[in-house]
Amino acid sequence: MSAEFSTKAEPATPEPVAVSRPPHPLTEFWYHFRQNKGALGGLVVIALIALIAIFAGVIAPHDPDIQYRDAILTPPVWQAGGSWSYILGTDDIGRDMMSRLMYGARLSMMIGLIVVTLSLAVGLGLGLVAGFFGGMADVLIMRAMDILLALPSLLLAVVVAAILGPGLVNAMLAVSVVVIPHYARLTRAAVLAEVNKDYVVASRVAGAGPMRLMLIVVLPNCVAPLIVQATLGFSTAILDAAALGFLGLGAQPPTPEWGTMLASSLQFLQRAPWVVTWPGIAILVTVLAFNLLGDGLRDALDPKLKR
Amino acid sequence: MLRFILTRVSLVIPTFLGITFLTFILIRLVPGDPIEVRTGERGIAPERLAELRHEMGLDRALWQQFLDYVGNVLHGDFGLSLITHNSVLSEFLTLFPATLELALCAMLFATLVGLPAGILAAVKRGSLFDHGVMGASLTGYSMPIFWWGLLLILFFSVGLGWTPVSGRLDLVYYVEPDTGFMLIDTLKAGDYEAFRSALGHLVLPTIVLGTVPLAVVARMTRSAMLEVLGEDYIRTARAKGLASGRVIGMHALRNALIPVVTVIGLQVGTLLGGAILTETIFSWPGVGKWLIESINRRDYPALQGGVLLIATSVILVNLLVDVLYGVLNPRIRHAR
Repeated sequence: MSAEFSTKAEPATPEPVAVSRPPHPLTEFWYHFRQNKGALGGLVVIALIALIAIFAGVIAPHDPDIQYRDAILTPPVWQAGGSWSYILGTDDIGRDMMSRLMYGARLSMMIGLIVVTLSLAVGLGLGLVAGFFGGMADVLIMRAMDILLALPSLLLAVVVAAILGPGLVNAMLAVSVVVIPHYARLTRAAVLAEVNKDYVVASRVAGAGPMRLMLIVVLPNCVAPLIVQATLGFSTAILDAAALGFLGLGAQPPTPEWGTMLASSLQFLQRAPWVVTWPGIAILVTVLAFNLLGDGLRDALDPKLKR
Repeated sequence: MLRFILTRVSLVIPTFLGITFLTFILIRLVPGDPIEVRTGERGIAPERLAELRHEMGLDRALWQQFLDYVGNVLHGDFGLSLITHNSVLSEFLTLFPATLELALCAMLFATLVGLPAGILAAVKRGSLFDHGVMGASLTGYSMPIFWWGLLLILFFSVGLGWTPVSGRLDLVYYVEPDTGFMLIDTLKAGDYEAFRSALGHLVLPTIVLGTVPLAVVARMTRSAMLEVLGEDYIRTARAKGLASGRVIGMHALRNALIPVVTVIGLQVGTLLGGAILTETIFSWPGVGKWLIESINRRDYPALQGGVLLIATSVILVNLLVDVLYGVLNPRIRHAR
């Protein structure tokens, strides 16, 4: 108490008090993020799955497509009849489950990455244009987005996949189309919040062109909600692509996509539950990890929720 | 009031036209000759092709075709199914009650479980129960429901034999369809055995379809309650010595319910479309399963009509929620 008064009383002596500079935004972000155990766990799991996906070719014990005809429907190693050469068992035509799951991780991560990149790029562009130029462009774009949003997302994805024909690439396109409105709306809202602030007006007065204003001045200040949405977008993409695979509209057998694996071994549900259990667990764990991470990022990036 | 309703209704019209346009374009994007796509035939003779093209109005300008399509739709003509040659609308209407029944039950389940769970979690913030509810709700939200359904079938139907595996009613029962809601129809017929069978068939699909909304409702209720519990009027109510249950039940809950009710209402719409997976797993004879079958049979007119009809019902449900919300909450009504 008294020390405080004394410093205020003698402002003339500029003692080098440790007036800490505000922490770097990244440091501050990490400080908040670190406190969220769930988000950290999600990050670790995602890193692990990403490593498995990258090194699937090295660490997978078997080729995912080789059919071991003498080992059809081998149970996992801890069950009677299990074998160490097929730790998680084999499927109905004798392929090693663990190897297929590892290659499936590769597909799922790729699906997430491509869908998020594609939808983010398009949604960002549309949102920027709508928020920045307003008027007719805004009305047209946002009305179109509203129409897409009025349809339940899986229904829309199913329809797009049905039109384009089944397949992994088309499924990715279908899922991308479905999530574009989310990015467009977020970007537009963020742009509208920023566009009349002084620094934007200042650079406009200084002669910055619309492209520079949009991409270099305004956009970097809009990324926080987009990062959160993109993380959550991974989980939606993986879940929806798996659902399309399950319905027969996504990746086709023998592709080791998790949803497709589930669908193609349905009739063995009773005899060999593990062929259905593992892909489901893989989907659940991956999606859960991305949702945990997304929630953690939201809490750490959203100043309104900061304590 | 009337003005509020009219504004809401008028806002829906462009969305409806947009969806109509989307489904109109949709069938043109299918690879292949439009006539072959629409008639389901291959190798049609050129003269016949020209004749058909004229008959279907495909030789006219695109905007005229679109106007025709809108006109037909407004008259309730959604085309004919290629496979059954029935009107798409009548096929949809016979199957729709099954989907609606399932969706309503799922919503009821989600609300009855999610609301108390969310309230308790907020009241006991930071407790083991709170962490449990939040963990469970995040897991539910991340659940691939097609897999979840299979697990439940494996455990309860195959393992324990408690519930039937698929369909709406055991084959030994027959109930004259009246409302299309199996629970109501069996009760009306006075056949209580059939009613129990219908109820048993509903349990697992309800849980599966209700899982994601349950997670959403629980989370939403918790955060809305937490917000309200921090308000001054709650402190006032506590300070004047009201019992804790009364403060939570009367003062907090009624205010926290506003966002929760909106979420619940909007989920009904999503559920109508989301029933695709659940209906496929449980062979539930609703519009979702019918749509997937239409796709597999390349029945494009049925797909086109079905999508438009589902989308329209989703829009109508959301409109209904919106209007009801305005009726219940004067702040919304007068804000616009």
